[in-house]
Amino acid sequence: MMSAYFDFIRIRFLMMLAYRVNYYSGIIIYAINIGAYYFLWQAIYGSQDTLAGFTVAQMTTYIAVSWMARAFYFNNLDREIANEIRDGSVAVQLIRPYNYLFVKMMQGFGEGLFRLLLFMVPGLFIVCLIFPVSLPTDPKVWLIYLVMLFLSFLINSQINIMTGLFAFFVENNEGMMRMKRVMVDLFSGVVVPIAFFPGWLSGIMEWLPFQAITYLPSSFFTGRTPLEEAGSVILLQLFWFLLLLIPIWLTWRSARKRLFVQGG
Amino acid sequence: MLAIDVKDLRKEFRVQKNREGLSGALKDLFKREYREVRAVKDISFQIPQGEICGYIGENGAGKSTTIKMLTGILVPTAGELKVNGYVPYKDREKFVNGIGVVFGQRSQLWWDIGVIESFQLLRKVYRVPEADFRKRLNNLVERLELGDLLNRPVRKLSLGQRMRCELVASLLHNPSILFLDEPTIGLDIVVKTEIRDFLMQMNREEGTTILLTTHDLQDIEALCSRVIMLDDGRVIYDGGLDELKTKWSKGREIQFQFANQTPIAKLKQLTEGINVGWTIENDVTAKLFVPHEVSVSEAMARVVGGADIRDIKIFETNTDEIVRGIYQSGSADVAKKEVATS
Repeated sequence: MMSAYFDFIRIRFLMMLAYRVNYYSGIIIYAINIGAYYFLWQAIYGSQDTLAGFTVAQMTTYIAVSWMARAFYFNNLDREIANEIRDGSVAVQLIRPYNYLFVKMMQGFGEGLFRLLLFMVPGLFIVCLIFPVSLPTDPKVWLIYLVMLFLSFLINSQINIMTGLFAFFVENNEGMMRMKRVMVDLFSGVVVPIAFFPGWLSGIMEWLPFQAITYLPSSFFTGRTPLEEAGSVILLQLFWFLLLLIPIWLTWRSARKRLFVQGG
Repeated sequence: MLAIDVKDLRKEFRVQKNREGLSGALKDLFKREYREVRAVKDISFQIPQGEICGYIGENGAGKSTTIKMLTGILVPTAGELKVNGYVPYKDREKFVNGIGVVFGQRSQLWWDIGVIESFQLLRKVYRVPEADFRKRLNNLVERLELGDLLNRPVRKLSLGQRMRCELVASLLHNPSILFLDEPTIGLDIVVKTEIRDFLMQMNREEGTTILLTTHDLQDIEALCSRVIMLDDGRVIYDGGLDELKTKWSKGREIQFQFANQTPIAKLKQLTEGINVGWTIENDVTAKLFVPHEVSVSEAMARVVGGADIRDIKIFETNTDEIVRGIYQSGSADVAKKEVATS
C-alpha cells in the first residue's frame, strides 16, 4: 500500500514535469520578488548596520532563503480539495481503499519535490549570482535545514488541507482561501521577519503555527538561531504538526457526515 | 447470501434557504436558515448474489443518493444497510476493496496520465498481485478491445473509449459487486451493446452482482431480470421486468394496411361487440387497439374476414411508455388502477 502512496508522489512529479513551462516563468517571478524586497530593505536600512538584530547581509540571505523555501512548501492543496468537493469528484476518491487526505499530502509532496529540484535549486543559484547572499558552509546546518523544510511543508499543507475542507461547510470558501494565503505569507515571516513585528503581535505569533513555516527555519539557516537551538525549533515544528492533526481529523469526520455530493 | 441488504434507509440533506432580495441576503449573511430535504425515504430491498438489478426512476428520485450510500460515500441519516457483509460507511477502506463502481458522469481515471499508468496505480491502490493483475488486464483488454488505447492519456480518449476503460478500472481488483451509475449515458449504440454484452457475460461467468441505474430502458431490458423503481425517494415497484410489462402494459396495437379505402364506420362495424378501439392513420391505414382481456386472434379474425388486407403489424407497448405512464402518475399502484379502469 505504501508503494501506492509513493506512486502518487511520482505521478504528480511527472505531471508537473509535463507542464514545466509554467514554472520557468515562476523562477523569474520569484527572482523579481527577491530583488524587490532586497532593494526595499536596502532603503530601509539606509546607513544603519542592524535592525531588530538583523545585519544587512543576514537580511538579504533571509529574504532569498525564505522565498526559495516558500517555493518548496507552497502548494494548492486547499484549492484542489475545495474544487473536488465543489464539483463532486470527491465521491470518486471515497470509493478507493485509501486515505484521501494522505493521498493529497503525497501529491503535494510530489509537487514540492518538483519545485525543490527544478525551481528552488536553480533559483537559489541565480539569486546567489545576482545578490550578495551568503549561504552557510557547515553541511550540518544544511542537513538540519532540510529536515526543518520538510516540517514546514507538512505544517503548511495541513493548514491548506484544513482550509480546503471548509468547502464542505460553506458553499464558497474562496474568500477564506485568499485570507489564508495572505495570513501565511505575512505571519510566517516571508514578507517581514517576525522580529520586526510590534511586541504584542510577535507575542501572539509565538502561539500560532505560522512562524514554524518560515521564520524559525530561515532564522536558523541565516545563523540568527545558533546550532544548539536547532533541536528546540524542530521540536516546536513537530509539536505543531501533531497538534494540527487533531482539527483535521475532527473536520474530516464531521465533513463525512455532512457530505452532500453536488450534481446528483 | 445477500449481496445487498437495505432496511428503512433514509438520507436527509440540510439545504440552505436563500431569502429574497437585498434585505434577505443581508439576513442570510448573519443568520442562515436551513431546510431539511429528505432525498431517500425509508427504502428497503434485498439483492441476492449474482443478480443483475436495475435501479430506475426520474431525475432526482434518489437513485444516485442510494448508490452513494451503498458504496460508502454518503453516511445515511437512518436505517440499516449491509453490502457484501460490511456496513459501507463504517469500514469504508476495507469495504471498497470488494466493490467496483462506475460513475457515467465522472471519471475515475487520472486525466493527465496514460490509461495503463492509471491501471498500474489502481493495481497498487488495491494491492493486486502483479501476476493476477496481468491475467485480468489481458482478459479485460481483449474482451473490451482496448489494445491500442492503453498508452494514450485519458484526456485524448473518446467517451466510448473512456467508458470502456472506466469499466476495466472498476474491475481490476475483481470485485464481487459492481455498481454502475448511468454507465451508458451519451454512448452510441455500438458501444452500448458492447458494454451490455460484456456485463452479461461477466455476470454469467463470474457471478458478479450488478446494480445499475440508468435512464435507458434498453439497458434494463437487455440486462436485468429485476427492476427497482424509485419515485420521490420511495420504492414504488420491485420485481421482474416481464411482470412489470404484462401488468402495466395496457394492450397491443395492430396496424392494418388495406387494399382500398376503408371508412372507419365499416371497421367499427366489423369489431362490434368486442372492447377495442380504432384510429385512422390515413385513407388506407388504420390502427386497432386491443386490450389484454380481448384475444388478438378474435379481433384479427373479424377484420381479416371483412376487409382486403395488404399488410399487418403488431406493436407491443414498449417499456418506455409503461415507465413513462408510471412516472407521470407517480406510483405503480396508481398506474395499475388506471389500467384497470380504462
